Amino acid sequence: MKYLDEFRDSERVKRLLKIINSIKLPERVRIMEVCGTHTMSIRRFGIHRLVEDRVELISGPGCPVCVTTVDYIDRAVMLSELDDVIITTFGDLVKVPGTRGSLSTSGGDVRVVYSPIESLKIAMDNQDRNVVFLAVGFETTVPGIALTVKEAMQQGVKNFYILEGNKIMPPPIRALLDDPEMEIDAFLLPGHVCTVSGYLQYEFIVREYGKVAVVSGFEPVDILLAILEILKMVRDGKRGIINMYPRAVKPHGNRKAMDLVYEIFQRADDTWRGLGLIPLSGLKLRNRSFSAEERFELPKMDSKEHPLCLCGEILKGKARPDQCRLFGTACTPDHPIGPCMVSSEGTCAAYYKFQEYLR
Amino acid sequence: MCLGVPMKIIEVNRELGMAKAEISGFIQNIRIDLLDEVSAGDYVIVHAGFAIQKLNEKDALETLKLIEEIFFDDEVSG
Ligand code: SF4
Repeated sequence: MKYLDEFRDSERVKRLLKIINSIKLPERVRIMEVCGTHTMSIRRFGIHRLVEDRVELISGPGCPVCVTTVDYIDRAVMLSELDDVIITTFGDLVKVPGTRGSLSTSGGDVRVVYSPIESLKIAMDNQDRNVVFLAVGFETTVPGIALTVKEAMQQGVKNFYILEGNKIMPPPIRALLDDPEMEIDAFLLPGHVCTVSGYLQYEFIVREYGKVAVVSGFEPVDILLAILEILKMVRDGKRGIINMYPRAVKPHGNRKAMDLVYEIFQRADDTWRGLGLIPLSGLKLRNRSFSAEERFELPKMDSKEHPLCLCGEILKGKARPDQCRLFGTACTPDHPIGPCMVSSEGTCAAYYKFQEYLR
Repeated sequence: MCLGVPMKIIEVNRELGMAKAEISGFIQNIRIDLLDEVSAGDYVIVHAGFAIQKLNEKDALETLKLIEEIFFDDEVSG
C-alpha cells in the first residue's frame, strides 16, 4: 500500500535506530506522546525499548476514552436506562466502568457505531424514540460529529442529541507544562489531531516553555524520524517545532473541517480524568437544542472512580501501569477496572497487550 | 481513537459528498465533504467514516528523500 510500506520498511527502521543510538547526550531525553494511536504504535513495534538508552517515552492524555470522566460515563449509563432512549457510541466507551456499572451492563439499548453519522439513520428509523450519540474524541473526530449535527439541523431531525464530551488537545499540554512536577523535554505531537487542526497552535510549547515539539505520523519510520529530530535539537541546544508528517499535516490543518467545528461548537471549560478542570479545553454545542444535557434533566450523582485505579496519574505521565496493584491481575482487557485498560489505545491496554508485564 | 487509515479513492459522488475508498482490497463508503477536492486515484486519511485530509505525494517523497539524506550524512560522518 502506497504511503504505508515505505514507512514500515525494516531497513529504514534499522538504520534510523542505529543513528538514534549513536547520538551523544548527557542524559536520557523525556518525550511525551499525547496520542493513543502513537502509544499503540510505540508498544506494538517495541520502539520504547529499541531507543531506551537515549529516550524515555512517556504516555500522556492522548486516549479520548481514558480522559473522559467517570461522571460522563455515569450520565451516559443513566441516559441508557431511560426507556425512550437509544445510545449510539464508539465501541471503546461501552465497557468503561462508571460508578455503578458500565453501558454494557446497563440493560439499555446501546448501539455501537463506526461513524457518528450512522446515528442519524438510527434516529430517522426510530422516530418514536430519542437517539443520543456519545460525543467523545479530539480534533480528529470532532469534524465528523459537527457534520452530523449540522445534517440533523438541516434535515430537521428532532429526536437526535449528543452528550457533549469532545475535547481539544492544546490546553492539556499547557496544563502539563504548568505542572512543576512534570519533567518533559519534548512532545511528539499527535499526527491526526494536527491533520485537522494544524500545528501552529502548538508554538507556545517552544515560545513560552522552551521545549521541543515534533509532529509525527504513526508508522515506525515516522516515529523514529520524529524521535531523531527531537534528539538532534536537544543535543544542539535548539528549540523548535518541526512537522515530520507533512504528507498529511499542513500548518493550518484542514481549514474546512475546523471552520465547521467552530460553526457548530464553541470552546468551554471541561474536566479531564486525572488532569481535572482545564479552561477552554472542551467543546459545547452552540445550538443547545441538540444537547442531551439540556433535553434530559439528569440528577446529580456522586461519581467515583475505583479507589485503586491509577489511570488518572498514568494520563499525566506520573505513573506507569505496572505500578498499579490491579494491573494484569484484577484488571485486564476482559475485565477492565479503569478506562486505560478498556480502550485499545489506553496505556494499560497497550502495556498489557504487548506483554510488558512479563518483563 | 484518532486512528486514521490511508485509503485510495475509487469513485466519487460529489452530490452526496460520498466516495468509495479502498485499502488492501477492502472497499468502504466514506464521506468526503470535509475536503475541498477529491478525485479517483487520490489517497486520503479516513477516520470514523470521514476523509479528513488528502495525502500529498510530493510531501511523502520529500520525507523519504530527507531520510536518504540523513543516511548519507551518517555514512559520511560515521
Ligand atoms: S491497570 Fe486497570 S486499575 Fe490499574 S491503572 Fe490501569 S486501568 Fe486503572
